[in-house]
Amino acid sequence: MSRATLYDKLWDSHVVEARGDGAALLYIDRHLVHEVTSPQAFEGLQLAGRSVRRPDRTLAVADHNVPTTDRHLGIQDPTSRLQVETLERNVQDPAFRVPYIPLLDPRQGIVHIVGPEQGFTLPGTTIVCGDSHTSTHGAFGALAFGIGTSEVEHVLATQTLVQKRARTFRITCEGSLPRGVGAKDLVLHLIGRIGTAGGTGCALEFAGPVVRALSMEARMTLCNMAIEAGARTGMVAPDEVTFAYLKGRPMAPAGPAWDQAVAAWRILATDPDAVFDRELALNVDHLEPQATWGTNPEMVTSILGRAPLPSQASSPEAAAQVQQALDYMGIRPGQPLRDLAVDAVFIGSCTNGRIEDLREAAAVLRGRSVAPGVRVLVVPGSGLVKAQAEAEGLDAVFLAAGCQWREAGCSMCLGMNEDRLSPGERCASTSNRNFEGRQGRLGRTHLVSPGMAAAAAVAGRLADVRDFL
Amino acid sequence: MQPFISHAGLAAAMLQDNINTDLIIPKQFLKTIHRRGLGRHLFHDLRYREDGSEEPGFVLNREPGRSASILLAGVNFGCGSSREHAPWALLDFGIRAVLAPSFADIFHTNAVKNGILPGVLPMESLRALAAHPGPLEVDLAAQRVRAGTLDFPFRADPWARGVLLEGLDEIEQTLRGIAPVEAFEARCRETAPWL
Repeated sequence: MSRATLYDKLWDSHVVEARGDGAALLYIDRHLVHEVTSPQAFEGLQLAGRSVRRPDRTLAVADHNVPTTDRHLGIQDPTSRLQVETLERNVQDPAFRVPYIPLLDPRQGIVHIVGPEQGFTLPGTTIVCGDSHTSTHGAFGALAFGIGTSEVEHVLATQTLVQKRARTFRITCEGSLPRGVGAKDLVLHLIGRIGTAGGTGCALEFAGPVVRALSMEARMTLCNMAIEAGARTGMVAPDEVTFAYLKGRPMAPAGPAWDQAVAAWRILATDPDAVFDRELALNVDHLEPQATWGTNPEMVTSILGRAPLPSQASSPEAAAQVQQALDYMGIRPGQPLRDLAVDAVFIGSCTNGRIEDLREAAAVLRGRSVAPGVRVLVVPGSGLVKAQAEAEGLDAVFLAAGCQWREAGCSMCLGMNEDRLSPGERCASTSNRNFEGRQGRLGRTHLVSPGMAAAAAVAGRLADVRDFL
Repeated sequence: MQPFISHAGLAAAMLQDNINTDLIIPKQFLKTIHRRGLGRHLFHDLRYREDGSEEPGFVLNREPGRSASILLAGVNFGCGSSREHAPWALLDFGIRAVLAPSFADIFHTNAVKNGILPGVLPMESLRALAAHPGPLEVDLAAQRVRAGTLDFPFRADPWARGVLLEGLDEIEQTLRGIAPVEAFEARCRETAPWL
């Protein structure tokens, strides 16, 4: 009688050998590579005369540092260009020969959107990438986590990683999501509850009827932000929704192999009597659309709420941190969030750059106009998302409303390319981090859902999406 | 990798919680294709003004911070992005140990892979160490940090401690014992041929 969690099954099936001190050598099935965290890893291989062990388990694409306009002109910034060219050179090196999706290929996009879209991401696998939001792929019932460049080098050379087993933490979501409230609100609310270090050392499993009813894309949003709760990864057990999403994807198994794979994937779910190290139940019946007010994702409240009062903080240190965040954000203690006028809106990122996210934003913007003076960037997560959106006429909706319709990439989520906030600018953003300077030096970020971002674009201030539905 | 056994040096104190990797090394410096040279950009937005001049109030722009090789920090140090540029910048500045009540997982691993010790101490001990004017001695073998009359035990993850004490190259270690990996792959061709 088995009593294993989804995490236990994924971990146990990938242990190559135990290492001392509670660590194990874990086999890595899938490795996504991008331009920012790989050059030093390839250089390390070159210096040591090593090759890539399993190029067939590796997929590279440039996303962080790529322009989202006038792409046919090439990359203008010389340091950005050198980094992308270095990736292009490395993937062609005879010792490496890594499959690569070029910048002008319609499949190019954010690694965490490309992997699932191509069927490279599969249930039951271990998936790593030199990017913290690799947890996204956990939505498929995979063990997926972000790694640093030294670990990227270890995976390239050996197709394994030394890892410590995580503690298991199940979040059971009950009830049903009210109209205008979705996965982004759910995960922001969760981070507000448990804090940005609330999941440290843990693998989160999202479970319960609310999660089962979510689409794959919404599950990806949920798992994407597990890292913002400090967790090593987030995951959802695969089910019919997962299989329907994957069937027919270019790199997914086909024919008899498909049936064999699905049979193996069906038994990945956590056993009914499995025991987790931690459990939390959330009822979402009364959840309201969320918006962050501060400088980390746990500083979040309902759109109907107000910024906190430092005087009501639990300790002098906590009061100082609240005050520092309010000062940075240019918000008065107790100020209603719906008072805050925005300068910019960003719709995109690995958190919310998929087709359903664009549909959600377009539903609010259809027949409406962006408020005067507000700059709105709509950045599809991949070239295929862009093509799909254009086939549905969403680009026309965005353009008619006064938004900018861009090429795929990470864009203003982290502002490595030209897409940045200016000092003091306030932005409603569908991305994942509201850290100081994240979207540009002294920029002020409010994390929200795609519908909420679109509502802010129309209202010119943070607004309740439910007033626009 | 340079082993870490014991290290003596001056400490800089930044005791706020949740110091994230965007703050340690902002995005514009992630365009480099090298590991070295990031030290001058460490904590860039806190350390320099808009015009590029130093912010005189910032701890690393004053002694002993300017000469520090040990950083004292608050809970959840290194949260956020997986960028290994964060420990590269710390190391290039000269930081060999970060002492904090807790660390974010990915930063913790990245630090160890670069020979930087992430040592865990309660905030009261960190406050006492921050108030001490002279150098600290961080002894990983004994897992103690000493300064004058102060002498505190600290926690180090057992895996991290082993890697740091030996200066272990884990890639070399794995490649030398590759047979189990080959065996795993052979099994996988049977059990999950669709991969």
